[in-house]
Amino acid sequence: MAGTAVRGRLTWRTATVESLVDETARVRTIGLSVPGWAGHLAGQHLDIRLTAEDGYHAEREYSIASAPGEPLAITVERLDDGEVSPYLTEELRPGDQFELRGPVGGYFVWDDADGGPLLLLAGGSGIAPLRCILRRRALAANSVAARLLYSARSRDDVIYRAELDRGWDGVEVIYTLTRRQPPGWTGYARHLDRQMLAEVAWPAADAPLAYVCGPTSFVETVAAGLVSLGYPPGRVKTERFGATGGQ
Amino acid sequence: MSPISRGFHRRHEAQQPPDRVPPGQYVTTDFPVLSAGPTPHTPLTEWTFSIAGGREPKLWTWEQFRSLPSETVTVDIHCVTRWSKLDTTWEGVSLDVLLAAVEHDARYVLAFSDGGYTTNLPLADLTGGRAWVAFSYRGGALPSEHGGPARLLVPHLYFWKSAKWVRGLRLRDGDEPGFWETYGYHMYGDPWREQRYAGD
Amino acid sequence: MDDSAVDGNAIGGLLMEVFGAEMTAATGTCAACGSSAQVAELAVYRPRLGTVVRCRTCDNVLMVFVAIHDVTCVDLRGLARLD
Repeated sequence: MAGTAVRGRLTWRTATVESLVDETARVRTIGLSVPGWAGHLAGQHLDIRLTAEDGYHAEREYSIASAPGEPLAITVERLDDGEVSPYLTEELRPGDQFELRGPVGGYFVWDDADGGPLLLLAGGSGIAPLRCILRRRALAANSVAARLLYSARSRDDVIYRAELDRGWDGVEVIYTLTRRQPPGWTGYARHLDRQMLAEVAWPAADAPLAYVCGPTSFVETVAAGLVSLGYPPGRVKTERFGATGGQ
Repeated sequence: MSPISRGFHRRHEAQQPPDRVPPGQYVTTDFPVLSAGPTPHTPLTEWTFSIAGGREPKLWTWEQFRSLPSETVTVDIHCVTRWSKLDTTWEGVSLDVLLAAVEHDARYVLAFSDGGYTTNLPLADLTGGRAWVAFSYRGGALPSEHGGPARLLVPHLYFWKSAKWVRGLRLRDGDEPGFWETYGYHMYGDPWREQRYAGD
Repeated sequence: MDDSAVDGNAIGGLLMEVFGAEMTAATGTCAACGSSAQVAELAVYRPRLGTVVRCRTCDNVLMVFVAIHDVTCVDLRGLARLD
């Protein structure tokens, strides 16, 4: 297959910030309005583009945190040496604007008909598309069995904590808190490993569908662990966020 | 027209003395890590630097390389992605020292690295005290993310020519495009003439 | 392990712009080693000079996208197939 040149198409639209919700000390959910927004599938993401006054622009991708049908929102974690995330989590105000493109994605998606049982594995901010899947499941009144294993540094770093603690019917939420645990904590307290997966994952014989999202090294470890437990690679969907904190 | 995102700006921007900053560049205090592939981790016991294409191939082990005379230099570096970093300090072996060990009449080189990266340069741009194989940055061992154990350092050209994880040179009669040059970047890459892409 | 690398999910928007279609679920076959994978699962490096997509099995470069003066140049020579 050869090389070729393609003129870029204008697929960017203007989004306006409607609301800001602090999820943790470093994480904020940003509610957006986009004229003509036609909806999305759980698991898809948006491409965001910010333009500075001197014309400099920066692009990033963020999973859509809101379920299909809910007001559009993304969840952003502030990276200490980041260029875009400190702006989005600290400077941005309602009424501000940036460009977005999407929804993007046709692989890391889950809809009603895809079934389960579902195994969702989140590292840090990787919880965003997985919470979206769980909200979609509830809104669709889908009763497929689901288990979420969420790796976070501490209870204070658990994003969407109140909602996850309330939970959903038929969904089991399991945490592993890797840096700090509350007094009396009897749950997992280490980075996700094959042993933990063996204890938590649905047996491969149940033909589960797994979604793994988080920092690249987290996803690699978990995906390899699931395959070693007999999950067919085609039933393990992965989304790598690159180098981020929060697991 | 893209809407301006109020209050958004580039990070870590610093003062820009105009005589030191090529056109279209901004000065940064950051040192961005830009890699086109996984970071290689060749053990020093296996590392060699070789020059091929001369009368006879020449090779140095890490110990032999580190026994060569080296120098500390402070230079400005300019990345084609528009950031410039001033007064960066490196220690390395001059290409004048390395090339003096090889008899040749080549006019061009292709530098090659662990992981398959390559870049092409005129041989003249590696001589006259303008290029080094650098093993130290800011007084310490060159970190692997910045090309350690050793990288090419050719500060008068855009920094993609300063190949990370360099393992040697192939001497050639003709100029042939390396990795980024194949995908559209300039064959020479002079920041002062803003030679970013082929045809610039 | 290179934590800075992402996967084909991250370039879904770029691929939509270039190909005019959702491509992350498409299957790419490496011209060097013959292995196949969905684009979403390929290793993606974004050093700002361009976007480099590599085979996870053999690290061969499958796709390269470079923005040159507002034109996106696409090189797919490392792919034997994309469907």
